[in-house]
Amino acid sequence: MAKYILKRFALGIVTIWAVITITFILMHSVPGNPFATESRKIPPNIMENLMKKYGLDKPKSEQYIMYLKNIAKFDFGESMKSDSETVNQIIARGFPVSARLGLQSILIALIFGPALGAIAALYQNKIPDYVAMIISIIGVSVPSFVLGSFLIQFVATKVEWIPIGGWGEFRHTLLPSFALAVMPLARFSRLMRSSMLEILGQDYIKTAKSKGISKFAVIMKHAVRNAILPIISILGTTVSDLVVGSFVIEKIFGIPGLGQFFTTSVFNRDYTLIMGVTVFYALVLISAMLLVDIAYMLIDPRIRLTKEGH
Amino acid sequence: MSKRLLVLISVLLALAILFTGCSSPSTDEGDKNSNGTPGGQTTGKKILRTNNSSEPGSLDPALAQGTHESWILENVFEGLMTFDENGNLVEGMAESYEVSDDGLTYTFKLRDGIKWTNGDPVTAHDFEYSWKRALAPETAANYASILYYIKGAEDYNTGKASADDVAVKALDDKTLEVTLEAPTAYFLELTAFYTYFPVNKNVAESNPDWAKDPSTYVSNGPFKLVEWKHNDQVILEKNPDYYNADKIKLDGIDLDILEDQNTAWQKYQGGEYDLLVDVPTSVVNELKTKNDPQLQIGLQVGTYYYNVNPKVKPFNNAKVRKGLALALDRETIVEKITMGGQIPATGVVPPGMKDENGNDFRESVGDLIKYDPAEAKKLFEEGLAEEGMTVEDFNKQGFVLLYNTSESHKKIAQAAQEMWRTTLGIEIGLENVEFQVKLNREQSGDYQISRAGWIGDFMDPMTFLDLWWSDSAFNDVKYNNPEYDALIRQAKSTNDQNVRMKAMKEAEKMLMKDMPVIPVYFYTQPYTVKPNVTGIIKVPVRYPIITYADITG
Repeated sequence: MAKYILKRFALGIVTIWAVITITFILMHSVPGNPFATESRKIPPNIMENLMKKYGLDKPKSEQYIMYLKNIAKFDFGESMKSDSETVNQIIARGFPVSARLGLQSILIALIFGPALGAIAALYQNKIPDYVAMIISIIGVSVPSFVLGSFLIQFVATKVEWIPIGGWGEFRHTLLPSFALAVMPLARFSRLMRSSMLEILGQDYIKTAKSKGISKFAVIMKHAVRNAILPIISILGTTVSDLVVGSFVIEKIFGIPGLGQFFTTSVFNRDYTLIMGVTVFYALVLISAMLLVDIAYMLIDPRIRLTKEGH
Repeated sequence: MSKRLLVLISVLLALAILFTGCSSPSTDEGDKNSNGTPGGQTTGKKILRTNNSSEPGSLDPALAQGTHESWILENVFEGLMTFDENGNLVEGMAESYEVSDDGLTYTFKLRDGIKWTNGDPVTAHDFEYSWKRALAPETAANYASILYYIKGAEDYNTGKASADDVAVKALDDKTLEVTLEAPTAYFLELTAFYTYFPVNKNVAESNPDWAKDPSTYVSNGPFKLVEWKHNDQVILEKNPDYYNADKIKLDGIDLDILEDQNTAWQKYQGGEYDLLVDVPTSVVNELKTKNDPQLQIGLQVGTYYYNVNPKVKPFNNAKVRKGLALALDRETIVEKITMGGQIPATGVVPPGMKDENGNDFRESVGDLIKYDPAEAKKLFEEGLAEEGMTVEDFNKQGFVLLYNTSESHKKIAQAAQEMWRTTLGIEIGLENVEFQVKLNREQSGDYQISRAGWIGDFMDPMTFLDLWWSDSAFNDVKYNNPEYDALIRQAKSTNDQNVRMKAMKEAEKMLMKDMPVIPVYFYTQPYTVKPNVTGIIKVPVRYPIITYADITG
C-alpha cells in the first residue's frame, strides 16, 4: 500500500510538470497580453514599462525556467491584473469559500442523489420512478446560470431571510449550494438507478432473499452497498470540480470564490494567475483521485484482494 | 446505507464545518452594514449602499486604470482641483492658483490645515513626489500618459530623462510650481483626475505596499478606506479631518463588488442598494418606457464607432467610407437595438463639452453626419467607380466587420450589415473575436472594418480629436492628414479658447469629410437612484458623483 501511494505521488509530480509546460506554451501562444483593456489602449512605451516590470520582456525560455523554480517553492508569483494580491493570496482567499460551497453541495448531492436513484430502481416503471427521473433529467439539462437566476428571482426576492447575493453567513450559502448540487445530484441518481437495477437482478440478491432476510436488509446490506460503487468512482472528479468553484454560480451570486478566476484569468491573460489556478486545480484533482482510489480499496474488498495478490 | 459511505459523508460534513469556521469571523461585521439595516438609517448612520461591479486592480492612484478603481479613489482622495456639489470644477487641495501669461507655468497655493488620514499635513512635496512616482518607468503606471502634459514627463517615463527633468517642483510646503510642455487649456481639470491625486510621501516611501491593505492605507479625501474584502465589498467611512467635512452628509459608503448586472438590479429593487450605475439594458428600456423617475440618463463623453481600414481597397476612398457612414440609420440603432438612451452620433465629439462661447461644442459644430440613403448610395457608387470596382466586385471580396464578442456589439453589427445591404446592395460579413485578438488584428492592419469606442478623459473636444492626429498612439486607422495635424497643433499651441475652438471645430469637420472612422452613437450613462437619495451629480466625464449624496427619511 505504501509503495503504491509513493508511486502515485511520483506520477502526480510528473503530471503537474506536464500541466505546467502545456499551459505555459498554450497561454503564450494566444494573442494578447495582461495589460490590454477593452476600454483603453496603452501606448507602446508604457506597455514596455509594464512588460519590464513583470519580466515579460525576457525570453520565453528564461521565463519558463524561472517559473518552474518558483513553483518548486510554491510561489505562484504576482498577479498581473491585481496589484493588491499575489496569486498565492488569491488562491488562499478564494479556495476556502469555493471549497465550502462545493462540499456543501456535494453533501446535498450525496444525501439525496443515491436515495432518489435507489427509490427509482425499487419502483421501476412506477410513479416514484417517473418522478425521480423527471427530477434528474431537469437537473442534468437545466444550465446553472438559468437555475441560479431562477432561484434569485423566485426564492431570494420572495423570502425575506434569504439574501439575493453576497457572502458571509450560512444563509448566503443556501441558494448557491443548492444550485451547484443539482447537477451532481441528478448524475448520482441516474447512476444509482441503473446500477441498482442491474444488481437487483443478480443471483446473490435472490440467494439473500431466499435465505429469508428481510427485504429492507437485503436492499441496504447487499444491493445499495454494491450499487454505490460507481458513484464513489466518479466522486473524485466531481468533488474536485466542485471545490474549486464555479464561474457562473460565483458570478450570479456574487461569491468571492476561486471559480471565477479560471475564466477571468484567461480572458485577462493574467499569466501568473492562469498558471496558479491551473496548477492548483491539478493538485486538487490528483489528490482527490488518490483519495478515492484509497477509499475504493477500503470499501470494496475485491479490489484490495487483487491488489494484494499481485 | 453502507457504513463506509456514512463515514465518507461525515468526513465531508466535518470539512464543511471546518471551512465554515474558517470563513465566518472576518465577515460578521461587514454583514451588519450590508444586509441588516434596510434603508441604512436605522442605526442612525447614513450609509450609501451601491455596487462597484468589479474588483479594483489597485487602489493606488498611480496604478488605477478604470472606473471600478476611480469611483472609489475619487471619494478617498482629492487632487489640487475637484468637482463640487454642483458639478463645477473648483479648488480642492489647492486654495488658489496662478497661471503665467504664456499659459505654461501654474503655481498652486495649498490650503491650510489639510491633512492625511494618518494626521500628517498634505504638502506640495507630496504632490511633486506623487507625480514623479507615477511617471517613474519602474512604477509602470498604465495611465502615465495623462501626465505627459508636464514638461519632461514623457522623457522621464520612457527612460530618456531623469526625475529631476520633470518640471514639477515644490517651492515650499505650500507652493507647487508646474511647467507644461505646451499651453493646455484643460490642465486644471486634469489635476482633478486620479493619476494626479497625491499620495503621502513618507508612507509610500517607507511602505511600498501601503495601498494593499486598509490598515496602512493613507488618503486625503472626504472618505477613508476602512475595509476591503476582495471580490466582495469595499467600505468607506466619512473622514472627519477632511477640510470640507461639513459638506459631506454621508457617514459612509458601502460598495459591493458584484459582477452580475441582473443580481445587482435585484438587490437594488429589494432595497439593498440606494444607487445602481451598471443597470441591465432591458431594465433601462423598461424604466424608460414607464418614465420611472428613479432612472437617470447621464451624459457620458464617449463615442461608439467603426474603424475603416484605409489600406484595403476600396476603403481607401473617402466617398466609399462616407457612403457607408450615411447608410446607417442611427436613430433605429439607438431606439430599437441599444435602447439605453444613447444618442445617434452626428460627429466624433459627443455633447456635453463647451465651446468658447459657453455653448455646447456639438451643437455649435452642427450635424456632420446624417442618415441619407440616396446620398449614401450615390457617394458609394461613385467611390467604387473611382477605384475601378463594381458592387459585384465588392461583394466578391468577402469583407467582414470585426467586433469583440458581446451580445450588444453583435446586434449593432447585424443592424449595420442589414442597413448596408438594403441601402448599398453590398454584403459585409460579421466576425466576432475576443477583444485581445481584435486589438492584435487592428494593430497589424488585418481587418476591413472594426468596432471601436472611446471614452474621453477630460471635458474638452481634444480628448477625442487628439486620437486621429498622425502621431497618436491610438490612431488605429493611421489617419494621416497634414492639414488636420496643423489644426490640432494650432489648438494645442494656446490657451486662447477662441483660437482653440475654431481650430477644433474645423478639425472635426475635416475629419468627418474624410470619414476615417464611422461614428455610430454617443454613449450615455444610465443609473437608478432611490427617491430618498439626493445630491447625486453627473459630470459627463465622471461616473455619477456620490461624494455629496444625502439620504433622507
